Amino acid sequence: MSTLHTWAGLLLGWVLYAMFLTGTVSYFKDELSQWMRPELPRLSQIPDQAVVAQRLADELGNIAPGTSQWSIRLPDERNNSVYAFWRTTPRNPGQRGFGEGNFDPATGQRVASRDTLGGEFFYRFHFQFHYMPVVWGRWLAGAAAMFMLVAIVSGVITHKKIFVDFFTFRWGKRQRSWLDAHNSLSVFGLPFHFMITYTGLVTLMALYMPWGEQVAFKTPAERQQLSAELSAFIQPDKPSGQKTALASVADMVRQAQERWGRDSIGRVTAVHPGDAAARVSVARGEAGRVSMSPQYMEFEGATGKLLTVRESVGAAAETRGVLYALHLGRFSDTEMRWLYFLVSFMGTAMVGTGLVMWTVKRRQKLPDPGCPYFGFRLVERLNIASIAGLSIAMTAFLWANRLLPHPFESRADWEVHAFFIVWGLTLLHAVVRPARSAWVEQLWAASALLFLLPLLNAFTTQRPLWHSLVEGDRVFAGIDMMCWALALLHAVLAIRTARQGAISQSRIKPKRQAPVVTSREAAG
Amino acid sequence: MSFMIHRVRSTGPLISRIVAALFGGYALAALFSVAVLALPLSKPQAVLTGMLASFAIYAGAVIWVFAVRSALRAWAGLLIVAAPLLPLAWSVS
Repeated sequence: MSTLHTWAGLLLGWVLYAMFLTGTVSYFKDELSQWMRPELPRLSQIPDQAVVAQRLADELGNIAPGTSQWSIRLPDERNNSVYAFWRTTPRNPGQRGFGEGNFDPATGQRVASRDTLGGEFFYRFHFQFHYMPVVWGRWLAGAAAMFMLVAIVSGVITHKKIFVDFFTFRWGKRQRSWLDAHNSLSVFGLPFHFMITYTGLVTLMALYMPWGEQVAFKTPAERQQLSAELSAFIQPDKPSGQKTALASVADMVRQAQERWGRDSIGRVTAVHPGDAAARVSVARGEAGRVSMSPQYMEFEGATGKLLTVRESVGAAAETRGVLYALHLGRFSDTEMRWLYFLVSFMGTAMVGTGLVMWTVKRRQKLPDPGCPYFGFRLVERLNIASIAGLSIAMTAFLWANRLLPHPFESRADWEVHAFFIVWGLTLLHAVVRPARSAWVEQLWAASALLFLLPLLNAFTTQRPLWHSLVEGDRVFAGIDMMCWALALLHAVLAIRTARQGAISQSRIKPKRQAPVVTSREAAG
Repeated sequence: MSFMIHRVRSTGPLISRIVAALFGGYALAALFSVAVLALPLSKPQAVLTGMLASFAIYAGAVIWVFAVRSALRAWAGLLIVAAPLLPLAWSVS
């Protein structure tokens, strides 16, 4: 069982580490998106969602006339821009069938800000990676999550003295300390790690387990019953072909506000806007609800007449809605979000310590620690680049956001390229340098980049830290200070790694002179 | 040649278990997700129930495959669980 735990954890461990860390920061993805669009002013209060919805509906009528569907996510206390997407008819096969953009809630125009994916990049990378077809990425993420689930269950079985060990921590004892750290991190967050892994699989379960659906439903109309249980998107029927302007979207949103509260509207979706057969759905937002199950009001687009109110789904669908919401954590207020962030961070550390432990355990058994076998070196180098290197790459992404000129052709893409280029360079560095030095150098590099980021922000934007503090801008001040906290964390890790390196060098030396190497050890 | 046989003898059961865990486990979970349709639930709810539970079945199967004493038992266990599910899945498809 412990072998299963080790290999289930190791084989996709690097992928899991990246998924955990980018997922962890995604709990603040909306804040990161705000930080990465510094030109867009902070929302000191949430604008009336009805007014914003009407503004966007008008604007989308201009930029996407004749679309079969558009959908907008209204601003709330964490979003100072409005995200919208609309279907297009692709001219060439293979072209994306939709357009998307961020809009200024005050004007309804596209945001006059630098082109960036913002926090969306980490969020999407977290479950579909990049540079590969989305479906492949999601399958890889699913496989990794499944390995994680097996690692968690087998870890619990392996680890019988779970509560005794939780209170045991032996500092500075090398392998023992790594094991203790790994155990404490795992046990403390165990319910969370289990929940987050299982619910992660649930978010994409229709992709991973499509068989029941395929057997149960033979026609698109039947399949429609299922999607109605899962989302507030209404499916486009056939348009009538008769042009009719959309009735007041603001009035529709007002009716929903009366029902759910002024700031509780999430999405407005229209199908065949401008056609006599148009339909509009106004969906309730995620805040304050521990479920992602759809709640929406559906209106006749041409007249604004309320057709249906949907506020409940079946038991299994509600279970899925709750599990989904638990994974995303968007129902939560600021304190809960921080708790999610911290436990999730511990989950990242659990994966990280597990990966490092693989090498720590084996290093002691190496016949010649100066020249380990290939597999050992591979794991060692991949650990460095995927743990310390990822910190550098993620920080580099934020640096690129501030340093790349704008306007600049495909700027958002280049921010992402910068992330991967830097990540690749850290791998190269890990390969050419001795392992211990590579760890220390990369941890210091991450620490320095994080420490300097608030200064870079102060020089390149109108919103330096002192300004944010005076203004009470929690997003900008929070991110600046978080960078410093993380810089400190990386510095501590760098110092400890360097010190431990010095100790183990002096311990290893006499061992090296031992001439007797058994044949089994030599075989490695 | 005897070296090859030795090699197959020593790694064969392990590979067999890995295959049982990866593919046998998935097949069992998929089979379960279809068999659930035989329950007296509305179709969308049954489909979702099958999907939701399938990952627990998969994880359980993987644990079983590596927990038992031999690869043969691992496969036998999977087949014993699959046996009652097959007619159920057959009845709904």
